[in-house]
Amino acid sequence: MTLEQWIEDGKSDAYRRKLPELADLLDGLARSTAALRAADWNDDAARDTHAAPVPESEPPSP
Amino acid sequence: MTTGETITTLAPRIASGELRAERLTEDALATIARLQPSLNAFITVTGDAALADARKADREIAAGQYRGPLHGIPISLKDLIDVAGIPTTAGSKVREGRLAITDAPIVRHLKQAGAVLVGKTNLHEFAFGTTSEDSGWGPARHPIDPTRSPGGSSGGSAIAVATGMSIASVGSDTGGSIRIPAAVCGIVGLKPGWGEISADGVVPLSRQLDHVGPLTRSVDDAELMYHVLRGETPANLHDDRESLFGIKLASLDGYFMDRLSQDVEAAIQAALGLIRDGGVKLSSVSLPHATDIAPIYLHLVLADAAAYHATTLAERPHAYTPNVRIRLEMGRHVLGEDYVRALRGRDVIRSEVDRALAAVDALVLPALPIEAPPIGAATVPVKGGQEPVRSAMLRCTQPFNLSGHPAISVPCGTTAAGLPVGLQVVGKAGRTLNLLRIARAIERTVNRRG
Repeated sequence: MTLEQWIEDGKSDAYRRKLPELADLLDGLARSTAALRAADWNDDAARDTHAAPVPESEPPSP
Repeated sequence: MTTGETITTLAPRIASGELRAERLTEDALATIARLQPSLNAFITVTGDAALADARKADREIAAGQYRGPLHGIPISLKDLIDVAGIPTTAGSKVREGRLAITDAPIVRHLKQAGAVLVGKTNLHEFAFGTTSEDSGWGPARHPIDPTRSPGGSSGGSAIAVATGMSIASVGSDTGGSIRIPAAVCGIVGLKPGWGEISADGVVPLSRQLDHVGPLTRSVDDAELMYHVLRGETPANLHDDRESLFGIKLASLDGYFMDRLSQDVEAAIQAALGLIRDGGVKLSSVSLPHATDIAPIYLHLVLADAAAYHATTLAERPHAYTPNVRIRLEMGRHVLGEDYVRALRGRDVIRSEVDRALAAVDALVLPALPIEAPPIGAATVPVKGGQEPVRSAMLRCTQPFNLSGHPAISVPCGTTAAGLPVGLQVVGKAGRTLNLLRIARAIERTVNRRG
């Protein structure tokens, strides 16, 4: 499900249940979900999969 | 507010018979009676039972049956911890009138240690918030400025300890709910490593992120409580010769230090200066995926809470406070695929915290970026503009709920208006006692300021 479809469904549900405040909060959740999905450690079936549970990343600096 | 009597100073006087537990308990109950109308720290006060327990403690001690440093000490519990025969409201009308059937294991340990329960404290409803203003029993209020929040969700516990309504308290911490109120009320709050203290008999918010721990007036007291809550006999505390000399610390910079309120930044920098002067090798470090922490945390806590509340939310939605109800409703919209992403992200953050700690003994950072916010505020000023209260309050604490590392907030000064500021110290996984040793040295160093 795309984020656009998901937020549309969620807001429709919120308005149907007379919870407009929920619709507002879902906008914030959608932004957070977009950030989560954009993270570079997410799995991608088209890429190599790391065996380790945590992907390589730059060590904490310095 | 960490001045005044502590478990560590009171226990020898009680053990020797110089101070009676009954007198100490009467003082605590009198303070509750005086301050409860303005601060709303308690949901249930167990005055008669507390006095009976205190008299029993006095009799046992007079008979040579001293149980240890908590014997006869008035304590309070966040009202999401089960005590047999007393309601566990979790700050919600959803649970009004339901009595707990059995003691939580931590309560059994406290009773075995002879602690005297004076009551159960107010909290953000179901621990689902950082301000303690959304409670079925009305907002808890800051002990210095009642127009402000005492932090949350263990707000009532922090008020009780800061004011002497109890000498120590026990809270829970899912994203910062021990450390945040401890910091803004000027006391010590310990979130041990995940699973070190039993959360059985404690109303959950997110079982994978929930931690149980003490709120106290000193690091020494936090260590005593830590042992008792684990069912252990308190060990002898380290002596006054402990210092910071030779300890390696790293300040967690970037995301955690960039957007502080002006006064908090000044207090934190002053504390770090004193720590450096104390002989610490202080470096700086950052977490590569720090900006992913809030989205990871949000998806886990929302979905976990929604699952726990699903039945009640469907059947009695209006029994919740409006803000908590809507946040629970939001959790029902988290998709399974995003929850799985968040679980993977938690592993990434845990690994990065481990790596940040690899070359040092502990990390230091603010407990929270702001001072106690006004009750009802939606946003607060930080460097660079305004920020929603909730995200600002959680920013520095929630990483260590994801990672499970032990973390403690220690008072480190005040703002110009006299509101307390807390410095957070984070230890290596499985090394809570070492964290307490470092925190004790920091407490002594920072409190020596002129």
